[in-house]
Amino acid sequence: MQRACTVDELPPGESVRIAGAEPIAVFNADGELYAIDDTCSHQDASLSEGWLEGCFVECPLHAALFDLRTGMPSCLPAKKPVRTYSVLVDEGVVYVQSDARENAA
Amino acid sequence: MKSVAIIGASLAGARAAQELRAQGFDGRVVLVGEEPHQPYDRPPLSKAFLAGTAERESLDLLDADDTASLELRLGTRAERLDPAAGRVVLSDGELAVDGVVLATGGRARTLPGTEGIAGVHVLRTLEDSLALREELVPGARIVIVGAGFIGAEVASTARSLGLDVTVLEALETPLARVLGPRLAQACAALHARHGTTLRCGAAVETLLTTGARVTGVRLSGGEELPADVVVVGIGMVPATDWLAGSGLDVGNGVHTSSGLVTGLPNVVAVGDVAAYRHAETGARHRHEHWTNASEQAPVAVANLLAGHVTRHYAPSGYVWSDQYSGTLQLAGHPEPGDEVVFVEGTAEDGAFVATYQRDGATVGVFALNSAKQFTRLRRQALRRPAPVV
Ligand SMILES: Cc1cc2nc3c(=O)[nH]c(=O)nc-3n(C[C@H](O)[C@H](O)[C@H](O)COP(=O)(O)OP(=O)(O)OC[C@H]3O[C@@H](n4cnc5c(N)ncnc54)[C@H](O)[C@@H]3O)c2cc1C
Ligand code: FES
Repeated sequence: MQRACTVDELPPGESVRIAGAEPIAVFNADGELYAIDDTCSHQDASLSEGWLEGCFVECPLHAALFDLRTGMPSCLPAKKPVRTYSVLVDEGVVYVQSDARENAA
Repeated sequence: MKSVAIIGASLAGARAAQELRAQGFDGRVVLVGEEPHQPYDRPPLSKAFLAGTAERESLDLLDADDTASLELRLGTRAERLDPAAGRVVLSDGELAVDGVVLATGGRARTLPGTEGIAGVHVLRTLEDSLALREELVPGARIVIVGAGFIGAEVASTARSLGLDVTVLEALETPLARVLGPRLAQACAALHARHGTTLRCGAAVETLLTTGARVTGVRLSGGEELPADVVVVGIGMVPATDWLAGSGLDVGNGVHTSSGLVTGLPNVVAVGDVAAYRHAETGARHRHEHWTNASEQAPVAVANLLAGHVTRHYAPSGYVWSDQYSGTLQLAGHPEPGDEVVFVEGTAEDGAFVATYQRDGATVGVFALNSAKQFTRLRRQALRRPAPVV
């Protein structure tokens, strides 16, 4: 379990990046929280810097779209999914379950 | 429509093939490419692949599902288009089809009279990149002719390998036509900051050789620069030669409507080869960028399948370039007279975001190493097409 930020630090439409060997991006998509690998599966852009629209994030470099629920890309140039993680909120703090990686669909 | 031939098996062709299936076409799709390789992506050829840090398979544009749904004819050149007979003449036979997607891109321009000189390179194909990579050895002195995006990227890759690099540019400020004087200046400054010598207003008179190998470059003023490797990055020529006699309108590229349809409703053009007419301004444009090729494919395919124009192409003008471990991003279509406003940082900083303003509207966004802010501005400020004057 990794602490991401406080709920206040992640208002709708925003994202935070948890640094690490394999950084994770946490998004607030209109009130729903999602966590995926921060590094785009195409090259190495940071998805937490991407554009959030509904439950999709657009990669800031070449505009591949990823579904935050499944990690699947829905358009080129990305072809491989990114991993998804479960997100937990406890007493106003956002945590990400980073040890138990969920398989991308 | 039962069968479609796509001529040119690179980004635009591969995207067109994928779009045909995505838009429900279940007929025959033949993807014809003169290169012997599985379709590959070009941007890394001047960056990670040239540096030797990206693998060949990371360049693949098609996966197994894609190729299973196509007939891939590699190492095959289209020689002639015969619309009346509904056929394409290939180097190894003929193809009878109902629809054709032209996606032949272009070829690198060379310096006249330099063909066959060892040590002189252009950069367009996988072979070009492999051949150049082999010569980027310790101690080599590199002279690059042309400081456009490709010249700048090769310079930065060669510098990252520790080589001595000089870039020659005929203009007073490279990229000024694309970025406007102020931001072009900021990009030019990156060279000096990373130890590359940039010589502007420098015209190449001739290459110096010993035996069949290049040894230097003579400038028009008479000055001679020693060089072990010369890279020529002076643009490309659209590959339209094979369309002679097809009856199609060809100029600087294949002329199409704003829906990327040629004079024939069953022939469309996409990517670097397509010179389309803008739906609003009526001006003809041809872009040589990744996003353009990728975004044109769905529009052209929709119109091809419909048999008439149902969608117009609206260019996003999005381009990126990786130079000296930084990323430059541009969206929109700035003009030299636009006012440049810095939103974050200044032109001297390692990271900044600026917008181009014209008649009170944001018509472009440019950023160095500021992807998040760039994307936000690009999506918010450029959401509606800029008013056209
Ligand atoms: C080194 C390099 C770096 C780049 N970096 C960037 C970047 O950072 N950002 C960016 O936005 N863009 C970049 N680009 C531009 C981008 O790669 C091109 O816009 C894109 O490749 C265009 O795709 P295309 O399919 O239209 O044409 P091409 O990629 O040129 O492909 C055309 C294909 O058609 C084939 N062909 C031609 N004639 C025939 C024929 N008669 N029969 C059969 N096949 C034929 C050719 O062999 C070729 O494989 C770069 C380009 C290069 C070369
Ligand atoms: S790095 Fe994300 S789409 Fe290319």
